[in-house]
Amino acid sequence: MTETNSSNGVQPESFAWDAESEAAIGRVVAKYPPGKQASGVIPLLYIVQNQMGRQTGSAWIPRAAMDAVAHRLGMAPIRVYEVATFYLMFNTKPIGKWHLQVCTTTPCWLRGSDAVVEACKAATGIGAFGETSEDGLFTMTEVECLGACVNAPVLQVNDDFYEDLDADSTRQLLDALRRDAPPRPGSVTGRQTSAPAGGPTTLTTLQNLGPPPPDAVQPPRER
Amino acid sequence: MAKVTVDGIVVEVPNGSTVLQACELAGKEIPRFCYHERLSIAGNCRMCLVEIEKAPKPVASCAFPVADNMVVKTDTPMVRNGRRGVMEFLLINHPLDCPICDQGGECDLQDQALGYGMDHTRYEENKRAVKDKNLGPLVKTVMTRCIHCTRCIRFVTEIAGVPDLGATSRGESLEVGTYVEKALGSELSGNIIDLCPVGALTSKPYAFVARPWELKKTDSVDVLDAVGTNIRIDSRGPEVLRILPRLNEEVNEEWLADKARFSMDGLKRRRLDRPWVRRDGKLVQATWGDAFTVIAERLQGVAGERIGALAGDLCDAESMVALKDLLTALGSANLDCRQDGVLLQAGRRDFYTFNSTIAAIEEADALLLIGTNPRREAPVINARIRKRWLASKMLIGLIGETAELTYDFQHVGGDAGAFDGLRDASAGFGKTLADANKPMVIVGQPALRQPGVLAAVWELAGAIGALAGEWHGFNVLHTAAARVGALDLGFVPGQGGRDLAGMLNGGVDVLWLLGADEFDTARIGRNTFVIYQGHHGDRGAARADVILPGSAYTEKSGTYVNTEGRVQRGLRAVYPPGEAREDWTIIRALSEVLGKTLPYDDLPGVRARLEQVNPVFGRTNFLPRFGVSDRSGPGQGSGRASGPFGVAIENYYQTDPISRASPTMAACTETFATTPLLQAAE
Ligand code: SF4
Ligand code: FES
Ligand code: FES
Repeated sequence: MTETNSSNGVQPESFAWDAESEAAIGRVVAKYPPGKQASGVIPLLYIVQNQMGRQTGSAWIPRAAMDAVAHRLGMAPIRVYEVATFYLMFNTKPIGKWHLQVCTTTPCWLRGSDAVVEACKAATGIGAFGETSEDGLFTMTEVECLGACVNAPVLQVNDDFYEDLDADSTRQLLDALRRDAPPRPGSVTGRQTSAPAGGPTTLTTLQNLGPPPPDAVQPPRER
Repeated sequence: MAKVTVDGIVVEVPNGSTVLQACELAGKEIPRFCYHERLSIAGNCRMCLVEIEKAPKPVASCAFPVADNMVVKTDTPMVRNGRRGVMEFLLINHPLDCPICDQGGECDLQDQALGYGMDHTRYEENKRAVKDKNLGPLVKTVMTRCIHCTRCIRFVTEIAGVPDLGATSRGESLEVGTYVEKALGSELSGNIIDLCPVGALTSKPYAFVARPWELKKTDSVDVLDAVGTNIRIDSRGPEVLRILPRLNEEVNEEWLADKARFSMDGLKRRRLDRPWVRRDGKLVQATWGDAFTVIAERLQGVAGERIGALAGDLCDAESMVALKDLLTALGSANLDCRQDGVLLQAGRRDFYTFNSTIAAIEEADALLLIGTNPRREAPVINARIRKRWLASKMLIGLIGETAELTYDFQHVGGDAGAFDGLRDASAGFGKTLADANKPMVIVGQPALRQPGVLAAVWELAGAIGALAGEWHGFNVLHTAAARVGALDLGFVPGQGGRDLAGMLNGGVDVLWLLGADEFDTARIGRNTFVIYQGHHGDRGAARADVILPGSAYTEKSGTYVNTEGRVQRGLRAVYPPGEAREDWTIIRALSEVLGKTLPYDDLPGVRARLEQVNPVFGRTNFLPRFGVSDRSGPGQGSGRASGPFGVAIENYYQTDPISRASPTMAACTETFATTPLLQAAE
């Protein structure tokens, strides 16, 4: 898992911020008092990752970009390398367009994460965790508890959670991703957040709101 | 103050001290891996566990502050079991390769395992393996042995000021290294070898050379810069195998610069191990007797004022006083030690020494560097400046060529023209200096080559209040270990004598070079007869007509005066090679052949003579602090300062015959000459 000295031929020579990133950096840096800008290192690494996702379809952080972050925040580059390699949310190697992060921790495992893993492998041709499919669309990694155990098993795709999965729904999800039409995140069985699967067991007299209409738009996310 | 009871012993420690410090005060030894008193506290190895009354769990004493009436126990079943557990965890992934590990015999982990380790392991899983890092020609890594104490990371970040090392990844994949492969761009990098508690970082040139218990340890003083770093020379038989720092809070704390640590392989190469005499234009081997006869014959009938002597940068005071006495006996006053042409005079000592003292850098509140790059000229002093800068954000100004020092500074100007601006106490750096309570000025050798600079800097120091009765803020930073001693002995032209320039180009008929290699020997007159006395076949020996093989600093008991004016003595660790002899004895022997027998024939005799010439030689190691008693400055001299000062040292790794002969230093030159020294960030 360690990417020390990752001169694996894919590292771009340089990295330049685009306008969107510049605007985001401005907002982040302004949050910290002068001289404490280094605190913004994690948000800035996310900004890099998002920009790479926008520009190349692969949301990862090249070395040159870590140096750019260091330069921007006035820190020694090694301090940025330390942070970027510490958090698994930062990809220090190129990844597929859709980053499949399968939770295999005990609750998810008990609820059938093995089937999710198998479905992912079958649908993408990926052989093992950490690999990227040949078409470059998918990378599958194994993650620890995502904190959504009530809706286990959980699969995180890029920044979104898909919950209550089984082999079938995983396959459908991947098909949709392949068509570039990610479905609405959340439970795939249609239950509202983590409310009881068979409908409410308390406050039953209140109107059951039911699942949101299928055309509901994804709320824009901001970091 | 807090009252703390450690194993029944009551000690008083300042508030804010750690439990570990209290335990040490009580004489209890606490095992530790990550804690180091000169580094920030990391608290990550957990080896220093102790029991504190009313605390439910064992406590890491290095990171726990004392409280009044605390009761600490350092040797209870809880403590012992805790430490055993920590040790067991540390050893899960630590390889069992002590037999092939260079740290063996001086390894903290090995030592502590004796007390807290088990005789077997309960883990059958494979140990993790970590790829070794290439940190350049000096530090060898076996990273599988690393226990992640982070001492090395903290050292390069905090003390060396070159934050290249870090811990990347996490958990079982955590690795200490540079992430991007690069050599450590610090002149103090060797110190991480001493700091590493295990064998993860060891000396590359010393790899697989010896075991610590085979070595003879000799206390000495480093001569490759003018700091006078206290060293320990480890030797076996006739060979110096490694050089380590000795603790001296006043001088080097416990650090040692890389050149001093790693140049010793130069002591075995290009050595002059027998006398040589030039016959028909070619140097041929000779006996001592031959060499002396040739010299005696050549000196026949030569008038005193046609003989001259130059002292080099690595000379001990004993040989210089002997040579001076001999020249005086021969009727010559042509002496010089200032090979680089600096305009320093013998005489009043505070005109040529680092008067504040090195330790007092930690009291200064503003610093002006003039024509000096302390990072290259004296890395250990540079570390003190950085220490002070970190602790107090001391403001630093620089006049001269800018460089990557390891602290922020304001570039005030490039030449002597900038002095006047600093007299303005109302704005800019002049105001900083004027406002400071203990302003400090450090002037380097390149600046002192220009006429009038010494006087101008002294005057400036006076104007900014650096010359006070209690605080002497005027400092000369030397680069040559022998220089202050030579000036103390008056190894400069006497009445009517010629200086270096005057002796060159045929100014004298016979020129004695005592280890003098740092000037352009092509400027020696074609018919001048050159006697070279020294230890390396360098520039001086190449031009010589007679070569007298002397001893390097590891091979003689010598007295050296560092840039502060601190008189220190080194002891002989090994014997000089072949026919070579201790330098002062050579001069003494020749004096007899010349019929000018010097009046001393043993070491105490020479040292008594030293003291007679200058009483400062009677006081070794200790250097009293003093203020300014006489504020009148040195003479202006003739000529005017103009143009940039230039730099004293272009290539840190090769500055003298020893480091020029060292393959390790050559490798460093190759590595670092192309990569510019990394910027220091904090
Ligand atoms: S290399 Fe040595 S000093 Fe550095 S973290 Fe590892 S054990 Fe500690
Ligand atoms: S175990 Fe999978 S989300 Fe908690
Ligand atoms: S010495 Fe206290 S935790 Fe390492």
